[in-house]
Parts: sequence; C-alpha cells; structure tokens
Amino acid sequence: MTKPFPHSRLKRQHLLDLTFRNTTRLFAFGVFVILAGIVLSLLIGSLPAIKAFGFGFLFSSEWNPVTEKFGALVPIVGTLATSVIALLIGIPVSFGIALFITELSPRWLKRPLGIAVELLAGIPSIIYGMWGLFVFAPVFAQTEPWLTEHLGNVVLIGPLFQGPPMGIGMLTAGMILAIMVIPFIASVMRDVFEIVPPMLKESAYGLGATTWEVVWHIVLPYTKIGVVGGVMLGLGRALGETMAVTFVIGNAHELSRSLLMPGNSISSALANEFTEAVGDLYTSALIELGLILFLITLIVLSFSKLLLMQLSKREGKK
Amino acid sequence: MIPLYTRRRLVNGINLTVSLLTMFFGLFWLGWILWTLFAQGFQGIALSMFSQMTPPPGSQGGLLNAIAGSFAMTMVATLVGTPIGILAGTYLAEFGQRGWLAPTTRFINDILLSAPSIVIGLFIYEVYVVSVGHFSGWAGSFALALIVIPVVVRTTENMLRLVPDSLREAAAALGAPQWKVIMQVTLRASKTGILTGILLAVARISGETAPLLFTALNNQFWSSNMNQPMANLPVVIFQFAMSPYEDWQRLAWAGALLITFAVLSLNILARVVFRQKSSSH
Repeated sequence: MTKPFPHSRLKRQHLLDLTFRNTTRLFAFGVFVILAGIVLSLLIGSLPAIKAFGFGFLFSSEWNPVTEKFGALVPIVGTLATSVIALLIGIPVSFGIALFITELSPRWLKRPLGIAVELLAGIPSIIYGMWGLFVFAPVFAQTEPWLTEHLGNVVLIGPLFQGPPMGIGMLTAGMILAIMVIPFIASVMRDVFEIVPPMLKESAYGLGATTWEVVWHIVLPYTKIGVVGGVMLGLGRALGETMAVTFVIGNAHELSRSLLMPGNSISSALANEFTEAVGDLYTSALIELGLILFLITLIVLSFSKLLLMQLSKREGKK
Repeated sequence: MIPLYTRRRLVNGINLTVSLLTMFFGLFWLGWILWTLFAQGFQGIALSMFSQMTPPPGSQGGLLNAIAGSFAMTMVATLVGTPIGILAGTYLAEFGQRGWLAPTTRFINDILLSAPSIVIGLFIYEVYVVSVGHFSGWAGSFALALIVIPVVVRTTENMLRLVPDSLREAAAALGAPQWKVIMQVTLRASKTGILTGILLAVARISGETAPLLFTALNNQFWSSNMNQPMANLPVVIFQFAMSPYEDWQRLAWAGALLITFAVLSLNILARVVFRQKSSSH
C-alpha cells in the first residue's frame, strides 16, 4: 500500500530547517553581542571617572587613592614601553626561527621544532611570571650594572639604562613579554612564509641567489603584509598580558625615565588593585583603565586581522 | 676587496648562522623554564597535595580545594562555552556565504580570540558580580566560558569547511533536510577536529589567571558551592608565589608544575587526536 507523501511532513522539515538556521544565526550574533557588551559595560562602569577627570585622565601621572585623584599616564606608558621592548627583541628572533623552520631545517626536524614553539606558546602566563620573578630577575640583576656601564652614557638612550640594579622593572617585564610573544609571531611568520609559491623561490635559486637572498628579496617582500599582521598579533598579546607582567614590573605608580626602574602597566594595575579598591571613583578609574586597554588592543588586533585578510585575499586570486 | 661572490656567500653564511642561533635562543628559554619548573616543583610534590586543603602560612597543607575548584570551573566553562561555540561556528561555515553577519562575526571572533583576558574578567565583574553582589564560582566559570567560545567557533568553522561539498550534496540528494545534513553528516564528519578545538580551549582556560581574579576570587577552604567564592589553582599560585612564606612558595611551585603538566598534556593530546584523524583519511 502506498501512501501519498504527507505534505505536512515536508512542511515540518521546512520549519525545522528554519529553526535550526535561525538558532545558529542567533549564536553567531551572540559573538557580536559579547564584544558590544564588553565595550558598553566598561563604558558604563567608567562613567564616574570619565565625568570626574575628562580627557585629563589620559595625561595625568597622579595616582592617589587617598585624595581620589587618578590619571592613566603611568600605566599607559608602562604598557606601551614593555610591549615595544617585547617587539624589539621578539621580531628579529621570531624571524630567525621562522626562517630556520621553513628554509633551513631538515624535513624530519620541522615538526618537532614547530611543536616546541607551540609548547612555548602553551605555557600559562603565570608560569612565565613566577619564573621571571624567582629565576630570571636575580640573574638579570647581575647584568644590569653592565648595561648601565655600557649604555648608560650613550646620547639619547643613555638615561633609559641608568638606575639601581634591582632585577625587576620595565626592562625585565619587556624581556619576559618578548619570550612570550616569540611563539605567536614566529608561527604566523612560518605560516605566511610557507604560502610563497615554490616557483618564485626556485626561479631565484635558478638565477643563482643564495638562500638569504631568496628570503630577503623574494619571501619577505611577498609576505610583508602577513609578517606585519603577525607582528601586530604579537603586539596585541603583549599589550594585554597580565600575569607575567604583574610579577616582574614592580607595580610602582611613578613615571621614571629609566627602564630599570619599577613601573606599572594597565593590566598589572588592574590585577593588583581592583579587588582592593575602595570607593566608587577608585573602582571606576580602574575600569576606565580596562576600557583604554581594550580599545588599544581592539585597534591593534583589527589592524592585524585586516592585513592578514588582505594577504589571504591575494593568495585566493592566484 | 672581497670579490662579490665571496661576499654574498659570506652574508648568506652569517645570516643563516644567526637564524640557527635564534632557534637555539627560543629553545633555550623553553628548556630553562621547564627545567626550573621540574627542579622547584618536584620538591613540593607530595601526596598531601591532593588530599589536604590550602594551609595558612607556616603549616602543612595541600592544594586539594584549589584543584577541585579549578576542575569544576573548567568543566562548567567548557559545558557552557562549547555548544555556543559550535552553533556559532556552524552558522559561519554552513550559512555564512551571504550577508553581513558572518564576515562581521568572523572578524570579531578573531579579535576576541586574542583580547586581553583580564578585560573579560572585568566585563563579568561588571555584568554579573556587581548585580549578584558577591564573587562566585559561577562568575569565574562564565569568564572562562567567554574565552572558550572564540576558540571553539574558530575550529568548528575551519573543520566544517574541510568537509567536501560532495558529501553535503549527496545527503541533500537523498532528500535530507538541511538541518539533518549538518547534524548527521557534516558535523559528524568533523567531530574529531572539533574535539581538538575543545581540548585546546580547555588547555587555554586551565592556566588562565587574570579573568578569575575579580570573578571567582579565592577561597581558603573547601567549597563545593558554585555560588560562593571558589578556590582555584592559578589564583592560589599567584597568591602563594607573591607571599614571603617559604612553604607557600613551595606549594606554588608544585601547583605550577601540575598546571603546566596538565596544559602541555592537553596540547599534546589534542595534536595526537588530530593526527589520528588526518592519517585515517
């Protein structure tokens, strides 16, 4: 006996399809809502501080919970300075590592090396912080007099390296951050180096170029957008990193000229003071710091993403 | 004057050597950090670590409540974050060809993937902790779930895109409605890949400290109530390591070894799972 195909069943499936589609759409929209929610809630939370200090908040180095006068200059400078140090050390090293893995390493070694780099990325940041405080800082304190002696009197950058050798401070924080961002930058660089068409490289080799010349004149120009994107990704990580910095930066709300002196970064100020903050204005000032940090990383990461997207678009055209 | 060819060879040689050295430089830190962890951590590892609560300074104790708290919060965060992430990722991969929502979501998701985790903690503090009036294990779990979501969205989308269209077409040609195609064919085909993503997400959140500072806070005692401030391994490590007490610091190192071991094993497990999948094809 053959029954006619029930129309209602088709209709039900159609309805189910629609429901499924819209459920997934709702959750995709949820990701959008999260971002908007973060910005909005931080904005609302920082309203009292914005009202009280206005734009002056960004340029004042005062941080006095007793008189309730707050300014963000010291943490902003600390965040930027440590991130810049991290990039200055991290970029060349990451480039070297990516170059080694893509061009020099024997085939059997590529995988283990890639895994080692990713393990470095996987270690929780609090471990970097502890290691930095207990192991690296004491060792580094012994090299600081050498830095002061050799760089302390150089024009322009001299004052950056003067000061007592304490081991902790902005330079130490920057170096720990460098170790942390190397795996991120190196793995992006490795990935973009691998998309260079072999034909281009082989043509250059065929013309007699050395490996270095191929990398410098062919691979790097071809992938420069991606490389910058990777660097920006690393910068985004460095700016927002909390635990590793909190352990070693010294947490002093003072603007000092030397990198050897303790400072503060936005994230470490939050980590140290937020739960102990008394009074609405204090809390609100800290939330505004969080808002500033989020906006800075938002811009840096968007920029990174746009550059990487441009590279993959070009890749898609070929 | 050095002939041009010799100079080029020399430059090549020097730069490649430097590249080799940077590789050693990178591995050197990895080695140094792991070595310190083992050397310091093994001193503190004892059976009492898994059977006793976090002690007041100067007395014996373990990390049981912190381990249990971390475990509970990681579980809840994964259970909350994973379905949301999979559904959103499914939308991006299966329905995301047209319209403005998919590209925007993809873009935002990639930003959330690297957003500072301390800001996530601040956000949960503002929207949850302030409104209920106290720190709690739930708040910590929600903060961690917000970190899980982007990781799962990203891997789900990538894995679904690896499923060949011919599979979808074959299922559709048999008369399967689209929801059935996705639920029973494409999602099933990519389940190992998605599992890898979940494992990586769990690895990521088990070491996160910053988002828990203002959400779960900490608790010196055993806490099985998720509505109370909850002990957790990362914050205990932070607190103990920063303290001047030597026995606290020893426990902090032991906890650090434990956490790193867990995170790295999860990372490796994820890779093994994924490799099995790609080799079985």
